[in-house]
Parts: sequence; C-alpha cells; structure tokens
Amino acid sequence: MIEIKNITKSFDGRIVLNNISAVFEDGKANLIIGRSGSGKTVLIKNIIGLMIPDSGEILYDNRNFLSMNKAELKPLRKEMGMLFQGSALFDSMTVLENVLFPLDLFSKDSVRERKKRAEFCLDRVNLSDAGHLYPSEISGGMMKRAAIARAIALQPKYLFCDEPNSGLDPKTSLLIDDLIYSITKEYNMTTVINTHDMNSVMNIGDNIIFIQEGIMEWQGNKHEVITSHNRALNDFIFASDLFRKVKDVEASQEEG
Amino acid sequence: MNKALHRMGEYILLMKKSITLPDRWSMFFKQLVREIYKLGVDSIWIVIIISIFIGTVIAIQISLNINSPLIPKFTIGYTTREIILLEFSSSIMCLILAGKVGSNIASEIGTMRVTEQIDAIEIMGVNSANFLILPKITGLMLFIPVLVIFSMFTGILGGIAASYLASEGMTPASFEYGLQFYFNSFYVWYSIIKSIVYAFIISSISSYFGYYVKGGALEVGKASTNAVVMSSVMILLADVILTHLMLT
Repeated sequence: MIEIKNITKSFDGRIVLNNISAVFEDGKANLIIGRSGSGKTVLIKNIIGLMIPDSGEILYDNRNFLSMNKAELKPLRKEMGMLFQGSALFDSMTVLENVLFPLDLFSKDSVRERKKRAEFCLDRVNLSDAGHLYPSEISGGMMKRAAIARAIALQPKYLFCDEPNSGLDPKTSLLIDDLIYSITKEYNMTTVINTHDMNSVMNIGDNIIFIQEGIMEWQGNKHEVITSHNRALNDFIFASDLFRKVKDVEASQEEG
Repeated sequence: MNKALHRMGEYILLMKKSITLPDRWSMFFKQLVREIYKLGVDSIWIVIIISIFIGTVIAIQISLNINSPLIPKFTIGYTTREIILLEFSSSIMCLILAGKVGSNIASEIGTMRVTEQIDAIEIMGVNSANFLILPKITGLMLFIPVLVIFSMFTGILGGIAASYLASEGMTPASFEYGLQFYFNSFYVWYSIIKSIVYAFIISSISSYFGYYVKGGALEVGKASTNAVVMSSVMILLADVILTHLMLT
C-alpha cells in the first residue's frame, strides 16, 4: 500500500500539486486521471522519487520514502517497477537484454536462472519470440509489453505506469490494460497508473483519483465515475460524444 | 557569469556523482568494453587516414618552405617529427576526436535523457551518472593514448611516403636521418599525458551536456554542438597549461 499525505509541489512559485492526499491499495489498479498539464506526471514522479515534493509524506507500507537514506532506499527501489510513457527501453540492448538488465544488477541468481526468469517475463507478455530484437525493430505495443516485462522482472511490489496507452491503437491499448491488470492481480501489486484514456478508466479503474489544476477533485471507482455529480469530473469524462451517450443510456436504464 | 558558475558547479557535482565505485563491477566492465569499442576502436580508421594525409602534407609543405641551401635537408624529417609528436597527434587529433566522439557521447546520453531511459535507470536504484558516464571516461582515457600512438606512427609514415614521392627538395635518406636526429623520448610521453587529459575533457564535458538536456530532439542537437565547442576550447586551454607545465 502506498499512502501520500499532503503532497505539495511548485516550480518557480507556481503550485503544480496542492496538498494532495490519497491511498493506493494492494492488488488494485489505482488510476490518476486528469487533463494534460493537470499535474498527473508530476505527482507520479514525486511518488517514485524522480522529484522531491516541497512538503508532505509518501509512505510505502508505512515506510517514509522521503526520510530514507541511500542505503534504505536501495531495497525499496528493487520493489518498484516503472512503465514509462515512451517505454524507455535501452536502445543499445536487445529486448531480452533489457529485461535482464535489472536482474543483472540486483539478482544473486546464476546467469542461467536470470536468463530463465527474463524469458519467463517475456513469455508472460507474449514476447517470447522477440527477445533477440532491438527496440527499434519492434512496434509501439511490443515496446510497451517489453517494458512491462522489464518492470516485473524483479517481481516488484509497486508498479507505476505513466500513460501506458499513449500512441497505441484502441485494441492494443485494451491488451496493455488487461495485461497490467492481470499482472496486478497475479502478483498482488500496488499499481499506480497515470492516464487520460477513458477506456482504461472504465476497464480497470479499481480506484480512481481525479486531479484538476493540481488539486485532487474527486476519488472513487469505475462504477462511481459514471454517476458522479462532480462538475469538473463530468466535464473531463464526458468530453466525448461516446461517453455522453453512455451516460445517457445508463441514466435511461436507471429511470426505466 | 552566474550561469557559467552554475554550470561549473553542476559539472563538478556530476563528476562527483559519476566518479565513484560501480555498483556491479561485472556490469561496469561490460559497459567499459562496449565504450572502448564504440568510442575508440571505431575511431582508428579516421585517425589513420587523417594522420597519413596530414603527415604527408606537413612534410611537403616544410620541404617547399625551407628550400634553402643554408638549411640541411634532414630538417624536413626533423620538423615533421616534432610537429607530429608534439602537437598534431595529441592536440589536433583530440580536437578532431572531440568532434566525433564528443558529439556521439552528448547525443547518446541526451537522447537517453529525453526518452526517459536515464529515469528508468534511476528508478531501479542505480546511480545513472556512474553507470553511464564512468565507463565512457575510463574507456576513452584508456584508449586515446593508443589512438595517439597510431597517429604518431601513421603521421610519420605519411611523411616518409612524401619523401619517396617528392621529386626534389628531400630524399628518403635525409628524411629518415631527420626523424632520428636529436630524438627526445619525453616528447612521446608528453603527448600521451596530454591525450589522457584531453580524453577526460572530451568524455566528461560531452557527458555533462548530454546528461542535463531538457526538451527534445532540437535540444539534443544543441547539446551535441555545445559539447564539441566547449570540449575544443577546453582542450586548447589545457594544451597551453600542460605545455607550460611540462616543457618550460
């Protein structure tokens, strides 16, 4: 479980995150949603330690992340996996070498066991045939899957995904969502996903946080998001005709 | 001025972060071999080609410019050797390598920064500066002296070739005598020591410009150019300082 308390972050006097508190539970897909520029990426970067908040607390299973020293941080880092927006696979390495990378750094297993684990992870994301290819030789969806394989190589307790569906077609997006969701359940991970893809929200949103201009406007789940009366949330969720129609259908069914 | 001081501070802090013991020696040596191959071995051909041609041209130009009965012919070989050993194979060759290797380092690290590959390394709890920069600095410092020695040999070979090709002014025998005349082996060490300092300058400055890139492809290009310019200026400055310290 990850708990963030009163996180505030500003750049050059401009407040980007304002007093945000939330709890991200184990075995759940926790979604952070909001418009572009609302502060989602800044929040996730603060949670994983790529940025330091101006004030607040971040607790990983009651361990205070911000007060840890280097030695204390190291084991926690091994428990984190991250899927970046652009996959962030290492260009100079093959897909298999990318997945092996965290294992080579941290695992005390033999070379053969590490390779076996990397191949298992690739197989888990249906990429067992692509291990020898370089990132430039595979599609965007395959890159995301390879990045997921790398993120889960050390069996992390916490998985962070920044816009996992950006640049993917709807079908591949659903595949990625399903993969992240099934891995979350399988390993009972605390998964935090940064997204503005409404399909993801409806598909895997166990716990959803809506951020508007750096302020946490709303928290709920995928069932509550449809029926919420929060105006800012509704403006965001029902910006497209499709979702307005879905809401109308739901409303008429409730009336009927 | 403030900006320059800020950058200097940033550079020193980055070097402090980079030059530490690696987390995993096996990964470090793997990276080191890769860097030596990519930055050093891949530069051998350009070093050989440039050195042969410049060695030839130096010999021909000296021959044309000191065509006087009062100056002995072996002066051509002697002067060619001194130019190649003292300045060309170390300083000029490293200026050329700053363009090739420096831009390579800055653009590679810069691209890793803008595509979040460096963030991915940091997330894993790895000191990204140490993991990426230390093998480049070590690799270049180890291999640049080899390139300099290659350059010395091939530059002098170019000069010898010129002595065979020249119709008048110099003969192979006088050129070879000049090459051996009043030879000071310290000049070879002087060149090698200079090149090691230049290797550090090229790799560390280029890494710095790449590591702190913000933005996208345009900024990576700018960082690459700035890395080459700053490395070249620093090489020239170091050349003056080292020459003053070691030869005067």
